Amino acid sequence: MSIFASLAKLDRRWIFLAIGLLVVVPLLTGFHIAPVRPGSRAQGFYDAIEKVPAGATVLLAGDYDPGTIAENYPMHLAAVRHLMSRNVKIVAVELYPGGPPLADRVLHLVGEEFHKREGYDYVNLGFKSGNEAVMSQMGSSIPITFPADRSGKPVGRIPVMKGIENFSQIALLVSISAGYPGTKEWVQQVVSRYHVPMVAGVTAVSAPEYYPYLQAGQLQGLLGGMAGAAEYEVLVKAPGLATRGMDAQSLAHIFIALMILLGNLAALPQRAPAGRK
Amino acid sequence: MHVTTDFGIWISALLTLGIFSFLYKDNPAYKLCEHLFVGVSAGYYVVLNYFSVVRPNLLDPLVQGDGHGGRDFFLLVPLVLGILLFSRFFPKGDWLSRWSIALILGVYPALRITGFGQGDFVEQIHGTMLPLWVAGNPGATIGNWILVVGLLTTLIFFFFSKEHKGALGGAARVGVYFLMVSFGASYGYTVMARISLLIGRVMFLLHDWLGVLHL
Amino acid sequence: MKREVPLIISMAAGIFVLIGFFVPHPLVRTGYDKIQQWVIVVVAFTYVLGMANLMKLNLDQIQRRAKDWPYKIALVVACLATMAVGFQNGSHYLDDGTGFTWIYNTFYSAMSSTMFSLLAFFIASAAFRAFRVRTVEALLLAIAAFILMLGRVPIGSLIHPVLPQAADWLMEVPQNAAKRGILMGAALGVMATGFRIILGIERTYGSEGGS
Repeated sequence: MSIFASLAKLDRRWIFLAIGLLVVVPLLTGFHIAPVRPGSRAQGFYDAIEKVPAGATVLLAGDYDPGTIAENYPMHLAAVRHLMSRNVKIVAVELYPGGPPLADRVLHLVGEEFHKREGYDYVNLGFKSGNEAVMSQMGSSIPITFPADRSGKPVGRIPVMKGIENFSQIALLVSISAGYPGTKEWVQQVVSRYHVPMVAGVTAVSAPEYYPYLQAGQLQGLLGGMAGAAEYEVLVKAPGLATRGMDAQSLAHIFIALMILLGNLAALPQRAPAGRK
Repeated sequence: MHVTTDFGIWISALLTLGIFSFLYKDNPAYKLCEHLFVGVSAGYYVVLNYFSVVRPNLLDPLVQGDGHGGRDFFLLVPLVLGILLFSRFFPKGDWLSRWSIALILGVYPALRITGFGQGDFVEQIHGTMLPLWVAGNPGATIGNWILVVGLLTTLIFFFFSKEHKGALGGAARVGVYFLMVSFGASYGYTVMARISLLIGRVMFLLHDWLGVLHL
Repeated sequence: MKREVPLIISMAAGIFVLIGFFVPHPLVRTGYDKIQQWVIVVVAFTYVLGMANLMKLNLDQIQRRAKDWPYKIALVVACLATMAVGFQNGSHYLDDGTGFTWIYNTFYSAMSSTMFSLLAFFIASAAFRAFRVRTVEALLLAIAAFILMLGRVPIGSLIHPVLPQAADWLMEVPQNAAKRGILMGAALGVMATGFRIILGIERTYGSEGGS
């Protein structure tokens, strides 16, 4: 049997094993390929947060759940770190059901690091069902849309919510998003209507569709996937999970590229008899 | 190596391996994990929606009021519509649930008309109004031309009211090439996304469970 | 009643929300705000409906001893246990240390992220078995994919310094143009369909037996 025929018959479980090893081995050995270099989109994200004055309020939309934690959590963490280091107040909301505990985790973890107090420097308003209707309603009144925070405390009794009525009091919208509802809907319902500056950290799957928004000026910065998160971690000088994962990511990408080449080579002899006809 | 003694992490790790066992073949461990996941998710969504929406946005304003003595009795409308959704379980009365669905199907198209119209149409046209000659910057000039030509040919490809022949056919063909480049880019990003999610899971197993990875 | 009332509801709600976008008059805005606040609540009920439907389906299958019925028992027990723990915890159900948070971290978070991570294996397998370059278009797709996959990770700069720049240019120019075309085309479609639904021309949800 020729090598091509053997390749064509390859059990896919060998491919599964190979990809598993290519991820495990670099992580275990600490094998390092090349440094992460921030690009212009991550720089835009960073610069937009740098422009927010201390004491201003930022709306942080953590619209993702554990399914995309590997991509979104590092960028969420880095964004909160950046915001808190600049003494910016954070009002967090989540439109994904699985989002509230992740937002809590990030806010509490970084809040302790920077000695920030819940209710005074940040608040997690929690989840609200309704997708675009929630965004649209926040434009009319954030306290009516979110009458209480994640643990049920009325927003009227939360100091950081004092004076926050709608998007006019929001200096920047930071969207960490996995899909629908997320960045696209925030751009359509909020940026286009209320002209709030916005930056987005999104999964790699959805990143390509947000480039038109970036180019049109609807987004000031964009982080795409774990690579984008790693670039941002470098910019905020807090390399973490994303930066650590980039070496395994590199090797896996080379492997996938090789698989595409090999797959096409393996298919060549099967096409030759058809070509002769 | 410092294997965790946390019971919860052990369960998570075993569930993770149970789901990964599907890669070898479908088996009882995977089936059990799958069903547990669906069950826990459904329970989680109900509790979350009760404490996040039903209580603060419906029951509290209706029963307790806004703290100044005012109660919003208009909230009886969504309460009734929400309950009517459950008429789907009764064959003779399931038509009542369409009233609730009708509210949803009236609001969201309206929100999307304005959202897509402004964000995805008008603003995108605005973003395409680019200078076709940038003095001293040939790279930007070429890039702007490619952007404009690419957009126009892509839109021409999606125009199916006339047969793609002649000049129109040629333009549509160019549009197809731009689309293929964008699909290739999307494929590349999708590969990155999927691998990233696996990296995250492996990090949990190696760091949180087995303690062999130091972050 | 069965056909007309839903049409009237969706038409009225849709028109109110559309007008409310443009007209800031307090009377219009009050209706606009109220309708959306109601929708937020009704959507929350749909999650409960989903759970109830799931329970009904699985209890039926357990009763009939359908295929894999023992696993359905695990599903039902998991759902009921999660709800019981959550409601017992009260409004602080997601605080650190509660039973509900433990269930979220141990079960929901772990299994959700693992389910998605399976895709990495399948994309690798599909790259080998299904990605065939047989036409010029497929070749363009493959070249773009290669540039992106290698240019967006650190190893790209080691292979060739131009790869990251090529990846950036590809995303910002040709890819951007095509995606913008798709975005605008989809926007036109969404607006047309939206008007059809609001005006009652698109009525698939309201048809007889169409629960």
